[in-house]
Amino acid sequence: MKPFTVVLTGNPHCGQTTLFNALTGLRARVGNYAGVTVERKEGALTGADPRHPVVVLDLPGTYSLSPQSPDEQIARDVLFQRLPEVPPPDLVVVVADASNLQRNLYLATQVIELGHPTLLALNMVDVARDRGQEIDLEALAKALGVPVLALVASQGEGIEALRQAIRAQAAAPGTRHVIPRQFNELPEDFGREAQAIEDRLEALFPQRSRLAAAEALLLLSDERTLPNEGDPAGARHPAALVEEVRSARRRLEAAGVDWRSAAIEARYARLFAIEQHVVRETAPPGETLSDRIDRVVTHKVWGLLIFVAVMALMFQSIFWLAQYPMDGIEAVVDALAGWVGSTMPPGDLNDLITRGAISGVGSVVVFLPQICLLFLFIGLLEDTGYMSRAAFLMDRLMSRVGLHGKSFIPMLSSFACAIPGILATRTIETRQDRLATILVAPLMSCSARLPVYTVLIAACIPQRNGWPGLTLLLMYLLGIAGALGMAWVFKKSLLRGDPPMLILELPPYKRPMAGAVLRQMWDRSRLFLRRAGTVILGINILLWFLATYPRPGEIGERFERQRTQWRQTASEPPTDEQSAALLRIDQAEAGERLRQSFAGRLGRAIEPAIRPLGFDWKIGIGLVTSFAAREVFVSTMSVVYNAGDGDGEGTASLAEAMKSERRGDGSPVYTPLTGLTLMVFYVFAMQCVSTVAVVRRETNSWRWPLFQAVYMTSLAWVLAWLTHVVGTRMGF
Amino acid sequence: MRALSTLNPGERSVVVRIDIPPDQRGRLLEMGLLPGTPVELVRFAPLGDPVEIKLRNYHLSLRRLEAEKIQVG
Repeated sequence: MKPFTVVLTGNPHCGQTTLFNALTGLRARVGNYAGVTVERKEGALTGADPRHPVVVLDLPGTYSLSPQSPDEQIARDVLFQRLPEVPPPDLVVVVADASNLQRNLYLATQVIELGHPTLLALNMVDVARDRGQEIDLEALAKALGVPVLALVASQGEGIEALRQAIRAQAAAPGTRHVIPRQFNELPEDFGREAQAIEDRLEALFPQRSRLAAAEALLLLSDERTLPNEGDPAGARHPAALVEEVRSARRRLEAAGVDWRSAAIEARYARLFAIEQHVVRETAPPGETLSDRIDRVVTHKVWGLLIFVAVMALMFQSIFWLAQYPMDGIEAVVDALAGWVGSTMPPGDLNDLITRGAISGVGSVVVFLPQICLLFLFIGLLEDTGYMSRAAFLMDRLMSRVGLHGKSFIPMLSSFACAIPGILATRTIETRQDRLATILVAPLMSCSARLPVYTVLIAACIPQRNGWPGLTLLLMYLLGIAGALGMAWVFKKSLLRGDPPMLILELPPYKRPMAGAVLRQMWDRSRLFLRRAGTVILGINILLWFLATYPRPGEIGERFERQRTQWRQTASEPPTDEQSAALLRIDQAEAGERLRQSFAGRLGRAIEPAIRPLGFDWKIGIGLVTSFAAREVFVSTMSVVYNAGDGDGEGTASLAEAMKSERRGDGSPVYTPLTGLTLMVFYVFAMQCVSTVAVVRRETNSWRWPLFQAVYMTSLAWVLAWLTHVVGTRMGF
Repeated sequence: MRALSTLNPGERSVVVRIDIPPDQRGRLLEMGLLPGTPVELVRFAPLGDPVEIKLRNYHLSLRRLEAEKIQVG
């Protein structure tokens, strides 16, 4: 039996998701709409009659049916039954914020006009009451022609009544007569043109005749419903109809009617009248608690200080708090790999599972604590209303490079890891701004670069006068400058568009709902694990293959001979010195195998390309293997220089090994200039498969991640080359 | 008549005309900012831009650039 479908819609910040959670009991399924990264949330109504199961679909918040973002477009398309994957709604519940009645009823009346069986859930009546507004529910229901229920969703008030109403409707669907109605007294000319288009739509699409009136209104007044002139692709209406709408608009223009605003003005005129009729002011509007908080939080001095403190707390937590679970996950992954490695018979399959699959999955899972924490903070900031204030405070800075205030958090998060940063761009509405932010986010120095910087600074930079710390700071600053600079370049060229208009609602502050925030954190993190994980795993296995094969038997024989020799001379038990010698043989064998592998050959193959930067083929191997993840550079170099596996104290011994590395002419390879050049390369180069996979997923094409990898790597090469050339000229 | 951006924090007025090109101002109108709508300028952001206004019982933030094109009086 097809379940009864209830669709929840409403303005952003109206408490719609809180209501959804209350109705479905936090057991929702979260996925994506086909082909876009808009979250699709649905769940079964708890307490529904088992004979009449009910599915509740939570649409993304929207201000109107003329969408400005992919989220809003999904909301409109579901309500217009345009998505084949979503069943037509059996009941629409419009959630409206009682304390912000006019603007919330703008969408509500648009939805009521669609003619679906509709119910208005008037949420936050407590807030309205606190502001001295008493709403006459009966009068409102009469004015709107749909049942109205008062709720305080965050306290659970009114939920049961709503559940009852939904159950009743599900038990006897289609019994309620739907009266077509309109909430805007249109200017006469406009009304006539709209009627003509409605008649045409009814004749063309008799199966959607219920929606014809609303669709005609949008066709006429929302210019983006029509395809661009001369670009009929993507049109969802026959060319003849499109032409009819265009000529209707021309006639209206000639008659002096603004077809874009006529319907909006008419609707607000009606809404104003409805509000006058149903709202009784019991007290003069005074300053609310939210207003008082805002006086501090957006204050010229305090506001900025609080902002810096909040960001510092968030950044530090993502950076440090995540460290403990991350160490734990690494330990578990290592233990698992060790257990599997010792249980299975040794061989290539063993190696593939331990070093390819397990460490590959581990390299994804290890990001999970950071991602969870970030989503937790973002959820809290969104839920309390502070996110809008952060955008309000930072918009000025971001607008300098052509971005939106909302780009600030993703960029900041990218200091921890570009992946959560890129996921956080979902709050940015305009496509160009979102893409620009995604493209530059990985330039912010993430935590995976830290081990690389640390080793290179230890090996190359003089350990005195604060040079190490200064160098580290310089790298971070370089990343910030690069990200802002490139954002500016992209907004001026590739992603040009009108400077985005900022239309940002500053909703009243509210207490966050712990359950909902945690639930959302987990849903978003899980989605990341599932989608990005598969790609990362695949590429890790490929890299394992490149670093393992071919394995000429000659190497094994040669080192086995050395080991046999060692066994003949070693005492029983071996002395420390002798054990160290055996370790050196093992390390030398691993190094030789890597040098002979495809990855090693690739390192040699790219040597001509990196020689202008002052790098040799051994660094080349590190660059090739760290394509998967930057920190792999450290462990690869450890193998290349036969310095152990690079964990823990391995870093120090690696730095020593690197310091003693000499070129053909006897000069050291790792001069301060080489170190600096290499670090500059790492600041800019796109060496993170996980990021590529996430960008692929978030942009839904390979075009952007490939472009990003190419531009970042080119930029890295050019800037590293400049560093090398200028440094050499200056005599370093 | 003067630009919305010239109001002092706390000052109220009524929208007279919106000089933003018609094809870009759609969302602004849908948010209820229409000729005849009473507005209050609440504050400027700490860095001077954007501005926060209050209309129809809620708070909205716009850039100065747009606020300069909204005539009130």
